[in-house]
Amino acid sequence: MPNLWIQNARVIDPAAQRDARGDLFVSDGKLVPSLSAAAKKRAKKIDAAGLVACPGLVDIHVHFREPGQTHKENIGTGTRAAAAGGFTTVVCMPNTSPVADTAGTIQFINDAIRRDAVIKVLPTGCISVGMKGQALAPIGSLKRMGVVAITDDGECVQSNELMRRACEYAKMFDLPLMDHCQDASLTHGAVMNEGTVSTRLGLRGWPHAAEDIIVARDVILSEYTGAHIHLQHISSRYSVGIIRRAKQRGVKISAEATPHHIALTDESLATYDTNFKMNPPLRTEEDRLALIEGLRDGTLDCVSTDHAPHTDYEKDKEFDFAPNGILGMETSLPITLEILVRQNKFKLPFVIDLMTRRPADLMKLPAGTLADGAAADICLFDPNEKWLYDAKKGFSKSSNSPWSGQTLTGRVKTTIVDGRIVYDGKKIL
Amino acid sequence: MPWTRQHLLTLEELSLTEIDQIHATAVAFKRTLSRSVKKVPALRGKTIVNLFLEPSTRTRMAFDMAAKRLSADVISLDGASSSTTKGETLRDTAENIQALQADMIVIRHAAAGSPLYLSRILDIPVINAGDGAHEHPTQGLLDTFTMKEHLGSLKGRKVVILGDILFSRVARSNIHALVKMGAAVTLVGPSTLVPQWFTDLGVSVSYDLRSALADAEVVMLLRIQHERQTSGHFPSIGEYTSMFGLNKTRASWLNPKAIIMHPGPINRGVEIDSELADGDRSVILEQVTNGIAVRMAVLYLCAGGQPELVMPTE
Repeated sequence: MPNLWIQNARVIDPAAQRDARGDLFVSDGKLVPSLSAAAKKRAKKIDAAGLVACPGLVDIHVHFREPGQTHKENIGTGTRAAAAGGFTTVVCMPNTSPVADTAGTIQFINDAIRRDAVIKVLPTGCISVGMKGQALAPIGSLKRMGVVAITDDGECVQSNELMRRACEYAKMFDLPLMDHCQDASLTHGAVMNEGTVSTRLGLRGWPHAAEDIIVARDVILSEYTGAHIHLQHISSRYSVGIIRRAKQRGVKISAEATPHHIALTDESLATYDTNFKMNPPLRTEEDRLALIEGLRDGTLDCVSTDHAPHTDYEKDKEFDFAPNGILGMETSLPITLEILVRQNKFKLPFVIDLMTRRPADLMKLPAGTLADGAAADICLFDPNEKWLYDAKKGFSKSSNSPWSGQTLTGRVKTTIVDGRIVYDGKKIL
Repeated sequence: MPWTRQHLLTLEELSLTEIDQIHATAVAFKRTLSRSVKKVPALRGKTIVNLFLEPSTRTRMAFDMAAKRLSADVISLDGASSSTTKGETLRDTAENIQALQADMIVIRHAAAGSPLYLSRILDIPVINAGDGAHEHPTQGLLDTFTMKEHLGSLKGRKVVILGDILFSRVARSNIHALVKMGAAVTLVGPSTLVPQWFTDLGVSVSYDLRSALADAEVVMLLRIQHERQTSGHFPSIGEYTSMFGLNKTRASWLNPKAIIMHPGPINRGVEIDSELADGDRSVILEQVTNGIAVRMAVLYLCAGGQPELVMPTE
């Protein structure tokens, strides 16, 4: 593997509060302060003039569908899409088929990662057996197999008792819990945000109260047990308020927002396009703006995509019958830059932080830094390049994206994992 | 102005002119219904498929009747007999119907938005015969047609829609048409079935039956839809009737000339007293008859007919 010399980049490393023009050097897969003159000569040089060089992006919420749903995505295709989106580390969710609630299934996933992944993938395990919310999964064994968190993502644990025990038990292993906050009793048959738009469209509404109630529950249980609960894909203004107040009291909770929840609202559903159907649903402009403010003031800790591939034929249905979820890997960076940097005047290093160091720190991952000696996981992107995104030509197996066919601004040019170029702006190497 | 629409999907998207054109065309077709020979040759040689993936009696029969009066051939498919029960997707079912050379498809479906979805897939006209809790445009057209027959212009007229609004496609289509026609619409019913969101559609919401009915010129009752309810939106049918059922006393609060409407099927003794349903002010069966004329107009226009061809004097 050649040494790398990345030249003339705008180097942004939020952990070191670095934002300056400069070079990066990579030797033996690690970042180094410099290379010897001789090594420089032999190094592979990458002209990064006009590009940003930042830590490889980190996404702690993706669905790679392996095992069991590999017609939608697998570890190979999912990580290729991730690499094309600038990601070098992702955390995948356990709602596979079977669900990842045993050490054996985690072993299977780890094998697939070793065999097929082009970036770093870390698994999560279930909170409950079969994700049924009735009995604790073998959390200790899952931890031993390397899960970085436990979650019943997609099937929020409804029993407060079980969630409480999960908190206490997981804390023993220093494992965070990730929760998809949804009180199921309030969302029977719900397919979109409840409000004016659902009233007009005649679709069954998912009130934000169903999220707020579980967010409040999780705040209470986190405070009571001392466990770290990470609140997934927050969508409601009211929830942002609950989290803000809890954090002021020092409760050990964290939370994420997705690019789609900060970019889109339920008005997008006017044509019943199932590429706008996800769970939690797109909400109102008021909610959208509250999420952005939540990211600005630190109430929300990071941006995660909830990358959720589904095939064309699964999505090509009556709105009520289509599955929830959209792709995220290849659009996360341009959409987040558009909404936070260009529209809401966030500083670029702060946004990079939301997509690198902060999610990595939440899950205690050795990622999200350009420090000397760290693994050379690097993303080079052009913040101003406009490009036409065609989901069908993307690297994911699926193409369910609301942004397909749109011109996006900001494009990943190179993705480097452990000092190896895995994506060169056109293809996976 | 020529008629340009191929599909009838919602009343929300129709202009007032288009609604008037359908009504005017329906007036002409209604005249043909009282002739001894009721058929007109307008759609001779065309095949219309009624794809009813949700139970229906009135709407399906009226579409059937309308198509036959226009001399079209009609094939009716329902959910139980179609391949959807074998797992075929709606897209595949619809593409097969088109491949069988149907000229038009009328769809009733439990999922909101499915007629719009079909209209994007197919080249032939798609007529919405009710999609979930979204719209039932021909019902809204026949209801407003019936109101116009009794009241003339609906501008400023006080119309009350009473009952289960939340799950009602009939309410939504009527709201869109009535608002465009300038009527003053008030929705009444239990607060759980009449959420305030509806005020964004340009109507009033009230939970006080007496003040809402006072001097109303039209009261439209809606059936309590047990099949769409997944949780208790009100305590019991008995309590509903005692709070919101239309009885003689409550009907006396209406304008003396008011008409009582119901899209059917009616639950006698629940949302309406049996006597009132059969009484002088009830136009419930007129609505059914008008449903044929209005659907003839819709089928005729969406198949490419023009309003002036059937009403040379208007």
